[in-house]
Amino acid sequence: MASMKFNNVYLGDSYSVASSLEAKGNLKNLDLVINDYYFGLKTFEGAEIKMQKIVVDYLLQNNNNIKLIVGGDLSNQLAITAFMASHYNISYLGMYSACATFNSAIISLASLIDLKKINKGIAITSSHNKVAERQFRYPIEYGAPKPKRTTYTATGSVGVIVTKEKTNIRVESATIGQSINSSIKDALNMGAVMAPAAANTLYNHLKELNIDIKYYDLILTGDLGIYGSKIFKELLNTKYNIKLNKHIDAGSILYKKEQNLYAGSSGPVTLPLVLFNKILKEKKYKKILLIATGSLHSPTLVNQKNPICATAHAIGLEVIK
Amino acid sequence: MNKKEYEKLVKKYSPSEDKLKNALMAFVSGGIIGLISTIIYVIFLKFDMDSVTSTAYTIVILILASSILTGIGFFDNLVEKFKCGIIIPITGFSHSMTSCAIDNKKDGFITGLGSNLFKLAGSVLLYGTFSAFILVVIKVIFNG
Repeated sequence: MASMKFNNVYLGDSYSVASSLEAKGNLKNLDLVINDYYFGLKTFEGAEIKMQKIVVDYLLQNNNNIKLIVGGDLSNQLAITAFMASHYNISYLGMYSACATFNSAIISLASLIDLKKINKGIAITSSHNKVAERQFRYPIEYGAPKPKRTTYTATGSVGVIVTKEKTNIRVESATIGQSINSSIKDALNMGAVMAPAAANTLYNHLKELNIDIKYYDLILTGDLGIYGSKIFKELLNTKYNIKLNKHIDAGSILYKKEQNLYAGSSGPVTLPLVLFNKILKEKKYKKILLIATGSLHSPTLVNQKNPICATAHAIGLEVIK
Repeated sequence: MNKKEYEKLVKKYSPSEDKLKNALMAFVSGGIIGLISTIIYVIFLKFDMDSVTSTAYTIVILILASSILTGIGFFDNLVEKFKCGIIIPITGFSHSMTSCAIDNKKDGFITGLGSNLFKLAGSVLLYGTFSAFILVVIKVIFNG
């Protein structure tokens, strides 16, 4: 697998938008909370575009010389991110890794910066519960009953500046994950679909970069959910013989327990929301490994009885005091 | 780890559903819908309607009521609580069509609403009609 170390790549300003449901969870100091899934517009898709646009507007106001936006969302053909990007006179590169999109965007920007091809760029992602629900599952008002193992797509958008200028968060290393056939055909059990990919990426990251697991103060996975995290830990134990000392799953802690949202949060925005609005604000960890997990599922292939593939991309961060 | 072992592992960590509670809720809520429709049916009979007409009117009222409840965004909360108890009766059929209509209204009247209205209800119509046909064939064979 492709693992790499970066020299002078840092994360700069970030901006987070989320709906009031996420704000009621465990997140702190969100930059903007929206109370209405329509965000004052006529369609959910329009609302998601508006969320992304607010994020990019803020980042552009506070940073000069941005030449590239890299990012994606869950909608077909990445239409939402593309529409957002059409408002700016900036190059745009769309990325789809489902819920691992944020990490793949940062990795591609970091590589370009490391190669000195660009100085800075914006990594952005978003998800909207209603947009995803409409596209992947049932009509929204249908409210189809869901089992406990399912996850709930978070609503929000997060963007961050990836730059060569020194800040207090350094992007140390990265591993680009494989596409792993999980052999699971249950589209309501994303945790089980993504856990093998997460474990595989973690193992290869440690092996290829010759890092001991104790090097990291925290392993932050994306959206495995409560039950997916358990599978992830057992896989690491039995298959790869890795013992995690500190592991947090962003999806499992985004919502509070009493919100009763099944196995936790999912969606590409989950990991950055928890990273920027909880983990980094707590200032407890110095070395953090982000493992963003994405279930690359298509309703068509699932209906044709195929198992679901998943991927996971890892990024090692160092918080400089 | 092969496929079978992994499926076993997943099963080990999958939470069990409260099947008994869900079934009981569905039984009670489905029963209440049955009770309500019987009351409406009996009321119509009192107004000198024959049984076929009052059945038809009862169904129309249930369809209308659940459609309105879906429209004001209330029915999906009921589904969350009572699950199949209100999805299996005709209320669920009406709900599936109205929710599709609301969902796709903004995608255009032809490309959205029109072509998606039977997205969920289509299977019910097709296989409902088909199984009725099979049953009639069986009935004709045995009863003449």
